Amino acid sequence: MSRTHVTTTVNGERREFLCEPQQSLLDVLRDELQLTGTKEGCATGDCGACSVMLDDRLVCSCLVLGVEAEAKSIDTIEGIATDEGLHPLQEKFLEHAALQCGVCTPGFIVAAKALLDQNPDPDEQQIRYWLAGNLCRCTGYDKIIRAVQDAAQTMRGEAS
Amino acid sequence: MSEALDTREYKVIGSRVVRPDGIDKVTGRAAFGADLNLPGMLLGVVLRSPHAHARIKSIDTSKAQAMDGVYAVITGADFPNASETEDPALSANVMAREKVLYHGHAVAAVAATSMAIANAAAAAIEVDYEPLKPVLSLDEAMADGATIIDEQLRTAGADEASDTPTNVAQFMRLDRGDVEQGFAEADVIVEGEFATPTVHQGYIEPHACVATINEGGQANVWCSTQGHFDVRSLAAKVLKINVADLRVTASEIGGGFGGKTTIYLEPVAIVMSGKARRPVKMTMTREEVFRASGPASATKSRIKIGAKSDGTLTAMQAWIGYEAGAFPGGPLAPGLMCVFAPYNAPNFLIEGVDVLVNKPKVAAYRAPGAPQAMYAGECMMDELARKLKIDPIDLRILNAVEEGSTATYGPKFKAIGFKACLEAAKAHPNYTRQLAEGEGRGIAAGFWFNAGMQSSAEVHVNENGTVTVIEGNPDIGGSRASMALMAAEELGIPYEQIRVIVADTESAGYTNVTGGSRVTFATGMAVIQASRDIITQLKERAAATWGIEEELVEWEDGHAVPKPGVNADVQPLSLADIAGNAGRTGGPILGRASLNARGAGPGFSVNLADVKIDRETGKVDVTRFTAIQDAGKAIHPSYVEGQMQGGAAQGIGWALNEEYIYDADGVMENAGFLDYRVPVASDLPMIDTQIIEIPNPTHPYGVRGVGETPIVAPLAAVANAVRDATGIRISELPLSPPRVLEALDAAEE
Repeated sequence: MSRTHVTTTVNGERREFLCEPQQSLLDVLRDELQLTGTKEGCATGDCGACSVMLDDRLVCSCLVLGVEAEAKSIDTIEGIATDEGLHPLQEKFLEHAALQCGVCTPGFIVAAKALLDQNPDPDEQQIRYWLAGNLCRCTGYDKIIRAVQDAAQTMRGEAS
Repeated sequence: MSEALDTREYKVIGSRVVRPDGIDKVTGRAAFGADLNLPGMLLGVVLRSPHAHARIKSIDTSKAQAMDGVYAVITGADFPNASETEDPALSANVMAREKVLYHGHAVAAVAATSMAIANAAAAAIEVDYEPLKPVLSLDEAMADGATIIDEQLRTAGADEASDTPTNVAQFMRLDRGDVEQGFAEADVIVEGEFATPTVHQGYIEPHACVATINEGGQANVWCSTQGHFDVRSLAAKVLKINVADLRVTASEIGGGFGGKTTIYLEPVAIVMSGKARRPVKMTMTREEVFRASGPASATKSRIKIGAKSDGTLTAMQAWIGYEAGAFPGGPLAPGLMCVFAPYNAPNFLIEGVDVLVNKPKVAAYRAPGAPQAMYAGECMMDELARKLKIDPIDLRILNAVEEGSTATYGPKFKAIGFKACLEAAKAHPNYTRQLAEGEGRGIAAGFWFNAGMQSSAEVHVNENGTVTVIEGNPDIGGSRASMALMAAEELGIPYEQIRVIVADTESAGYTNVTGGSRVTFATGMAVIQASRDIITQLKERAAATWGIEEELVEWEDGHAVPKPGVNADVQPLSLADIAGNAGRTGGPILGRASLNARGAGPGFSVNLADVKIDRETGKVDVTRFTAIQDAGKAIHPSYVEGQMQGGAAQGIGWALNEEYIYDADGVMENAGFLDYRVPVASDLPMIDTQIIEIPNPTHPYGVRGVGETPIVAPLAAVANAVRDATGIRISELPLSPPRVLEALDAAEE
């Protein structure tokens, strides 16, 4: 099977890869670029574990083809912490015990960051509906919602 | 094994520390089952049965074998005969032999250089089937003249042994007193029939493993499991290999809830690795997880309860049938033992059956058997309260078991927290909060035994006084934090000074599964004992350093000090002081403990659910939910609350939405997260929790398991709330919009 050469930007770095035409962006991230922080829970766009940003748009990477990433910019869970340390969402997920098994956590953090980047002060219902595409089977969502609320407050510069 | 309860004031346990594995889990570094890649690794897929029940006449793999990039094609013929293994059912479930017994049953497997090639090769395998009539429900399976799934099966536990083939794998009875007499003495009797569907644990991470085996038969397996020692023993049984030749490493685990206490892919990957002489990775798709892993039993039940007009119970009777799936092993015994466990019933008769159907072999799901049984039992307690016009919490308090009560399943309870939970529920503001128009409120109780079982732990003191705890339970929800908290409490050192390693089967002492709500209780007890072993040694080292008798040394706040009154002119020695000098006082300091923990304290809970019903669509929304549970002692309260909230969410899903929907041929029609709809964030309210702490007298800190009890009460709490809101008792789950709408329409006619 002939493979297509793709040039893209991942977490701010230029990356090139070869991929088969039917390979999803999720498979490319995990198998070709060894970025296994993005998880597969369903491969049908129903669980959100594979959430990434594609040109600043939140997508399920299992529903995007690898070849579609040509000349685009991808941000994954691996790019969220910086030289300054963890992102406030990462800090607050830990403080609030907003993860149990942790397999949905990368997707939740990527999706929640997308929300807070466009709406710094969402109410509970807005958070619940924004994250309705991310399944968590361990927590019942309570502590996740609180962690996102608390992170938003910290990012707004308010004391929690 | 029993130890006196420690009544000291705690310094570390009970605090809400950040889990030690946390950063790796919020940054994407943590390696789960599918995250390992090895050089030269092949990818494996399973060919699955398109029939729910069929005889395999022949399998031709020649076309698949001939394809470029294919390194192994295997069928049941590549495994030891199932009947000659120690676990024939497990063996036949891993790979079908003469018959396929459910849609999705593994028939063959392929390992190839890419998924595309592996899938093409699997599609090129030709299987000739003789389709048989599938048996798809408990009623069908038990009917006269039913199609027999396994001709060899006879009913275990039957009153009269029979040599007639049957689909009933087991009959069981628990009784005390004279139930007929009890009903005769009753002023009020309530009766009802209930049904619950097949549901799935719904862990987000599909099953995954990587296996290698060398020419000498030594295998390594990396996999997502709740218990790598069980993977070792089960895979060794299926493959008839020596456990010493199988090293299993547990990856981080993306949820399990009981569903990852058995094996599916691991032996298949090992056999293919042997044929290909290369590593083989296998992962299930979500569809395969639904069709071919181990969901929880569908049930049918009948409940009858009699009471005096003051509410005192006189008789309780239950019959519960569990669908086992294609092989025996539904959770019949725990279900029957649970159904009336919270109550003092002078007379009871509890019977039930475990029945084969052509569906996947069921696996454990969080308090296996209890949610289905107590859904029925607690709905009838609610009906009894209504008929007696007694507050449903008061009715339960009147009849509640307490310390010294004899459980329906036999033993006498030690200290338990059922009445404390009921009283907390009664006093909770959410119990008396005004309901809005169209809302209803339900309450229900939950119970689970909790397990002890075998655990090991080692505690290593590093040269700078930091400590490494080595144990064998995959961390499914923060247990590394609990282990570190308990070690820190014992050693009197800061939590941050401790690292916890979940080691592989060759590096940790034997340890049973992360299941049965046992880890914080049993493995925690091993960590406490291993830490105490360290303290003994630390005192010896200090005594040697000081040149005094060991008995004169105490361990206090992380330091060796002379006992009060001992005349020794010495400075306290910290753990770091002793560790740094260990080479001169006898060498490295290593503590260890292994145990078979008895006396897991049972868990009780009470849940309050408020619901609102959309009259137009029949959709039920949970508007408020309160979970109250006895944790004995909460080592890390946030993770205890997390168990309560997560169990509540799963129970709400079971009550309202979740079900396997089968067509007439036994094909699951909703094998994906779009159509098998687990609760999402916008479906749920915040879930209020209240932790009750009635110490378990057999654990040094009073710990009792907390993981399973939370899923037991929500089914009936929600169903009772729907009953309260509508005035109608709908006796089948899920209370999905079409079912509720139909009931509402029927009531109006």
